[in-house]
Amino acid sequence: MSKGPRDKRMSIDEVVGELKDGMTIGIGGWGARRKPMALVRAILRSDLRDLTIVSWGGADVGLLARAGKIRKLVFAFVSLDSVPLEPNFQRARQDGTIPELVELDEGMFQAGLQAAAQRLPFLPMRAGLGSDVLVNQPWIKTVTSPYAPSDGQSGEELVAVPALNLDAALVHMNRADQHGNATYLGPDPYFDDLFCMAADRAYVSCEQVVDTAGLTVDAPVQRLLLSRMMVSGVVETPHGAHFTTCTPDYERDERFQRAYAAAASGSDEDWAAFEERFLGGDEAAYQAAVEAFGEEQA
Amino acid sequence: MTRADVCAAAIADAFKDDGEIFASPMGLLPMLGVRLAKLTSNPDLVISDGESLFLAGVPPLNAKGDVVEGWIPFRRVFDVVAYGKRHVMMGATQVDRHGNQNISAIGDWKQPKRQLLGSRGAPGNTVNNRTSYWVPKHSPRVFVERVDIVSGVGPRLAKQAGPAAARHNDIHRIVSNLAVFDVTGAGDTLRLLSVHPGVTVDEVREATGFELDVPSDLPTTREPTTEEQVLIKEMLDPRGLRFKEVPDA
Repeated sequence: MSKGPRDKRMSIDEVVGELKDGMTIGIGGWGARRKPMALVRAILRSDLRDLTIVSWGGADVGLLARAGKIRKLVFAFVSLDSVPLEPNFQRARQDGTIPELVELDEGMFQAGLQAAAQRLPFLPMRAGLGSDVLVNQPWIKTVTSPYAPSDGQSGEELVAVPALNLDAALVHMNRADQHGNATYLGPDPYFDDLFCMAADRAYVSCEQVVDTAGLTVDAPVQRLLLSRMMVSGVVETPHGAHFTTCTPDYERDERFQRAYAAAASGSDEDWAAFEERFLGGDEAAYQAAVEAFGEEQA
Repeated sequence: MTRADVCAAAIADAFKDDGEIFASPMGLLPMLGVRLAKLTSNPDLVISDGESLFLAGVPPLNAKGDVVEGWIPFRRVFDVVAYGKRHVMMGATQVDRHGNQNISAIGDWKQPKRQLLGSRGAPGNTVNNRTSYWVPKHSPRVFVERVDIVSGVGPRLAKQAGPAAARHNDIHRIVSNLAVFDVTGAGDTLRLLSVHPGVTVDEVREATGFELDVPSDLPTTREPTTEEQVLIKEMLDPRGLRFKEVPDA
């Protein structure tokens, strides 16, 4: 019998076991969309600390900030989409509890991941010029084009967007095989392939692990966003993106998100009650508590 | 005729000369105005569902299901920003005398009094493609002398940052519930282009936190045509969502 590529399936806790204090961790998805929330919840339960988090942020950033896990945050925005401002992130910023911040334009963020994915120190870009992105992050430098424009002027001075090199990437996909090939079935790939390529190790959680052949049974090949060569570990976590979107498997749980936002912007007691009810146990306990919440609200 | 309809027509006018480009409205009134422009003054506009699809038709606000003519996931939005064939109308928590915009935070960036969204795509938008702003509640807290944090770059700062920043900087219109501005005032400042019907220049002055450049023969913002009013009321916004943003005075 011929040998196949290796089986990379692992548990949520095994993924988190491979992360270390002080690591730079990229979190895929976008805002309140297709976030690897089961993995984020596992980080909340762990002893991990002093993390640098790189994310087009949503509740992933809010939860990690509230739990005091973030030493440094690289962001362009943090939003819950239907709730524009993320209350836990707002609180952390206003209380000054995130020691170090890097605020980029959201396109610079992509350029930074691309630079890392291409093993370049930076990529040039217009975004950032003239704005306070360069004032608040004075360590971000500009670079002068060596190519003079035809009008005889000197070359353009552009932002040298620094590579966003990641120790680990966490992303959530609709389907994956046991080797790490994975598809997105919703409207937008976001930047999950870039996160994986910018990272030393990439971990993919997914709604369902299927046979390799199963990935393209009912989906065109263009939906194969991740190749196994970019992926270190695969975890099956049904509803693992909850309460963010995972179209078409499920949409955002707006009722739950409203409850989250209310607790996050409420008193310390409100938040403690939310934490105890939903975040006190493991992932199975979380999903059971969410189901009970759904029935109660129905 | 309602104030919301006046604003929608003024927003539509901001897109009428854009030709065949991606019109990117952020928020309800901008979406209404863009769709109105596509139905009237500029049928060539490329519009999206606000997520990842280009729509061939012009659906009502918040409606789904239309003929799709393209795919515009976020990664391709960034491509189009750099390509330049885009006109975005963003919100502004603050906009200043020099046409700089802030959606990042209020107060000191290091520990803000009020954290907002973050700068999002404003720095990149404003040095790459045409950018306009929509302000539903014109007040001295929004129209300030100097924004706390520069997210969107106005023409003066773009020029100071050099040719790479200034080349494609194009702050086109600032439409509020009271008036319309551009940024061609003396020293690259906001200039009042028109006040909406029923609004006086003094009202705008009082609601603005800096000295305004006011032309001597200031026109009134045009009233929406009967056709536009019908399109808005019967087709684009039959549920009257626009009145939540701009209540009728």
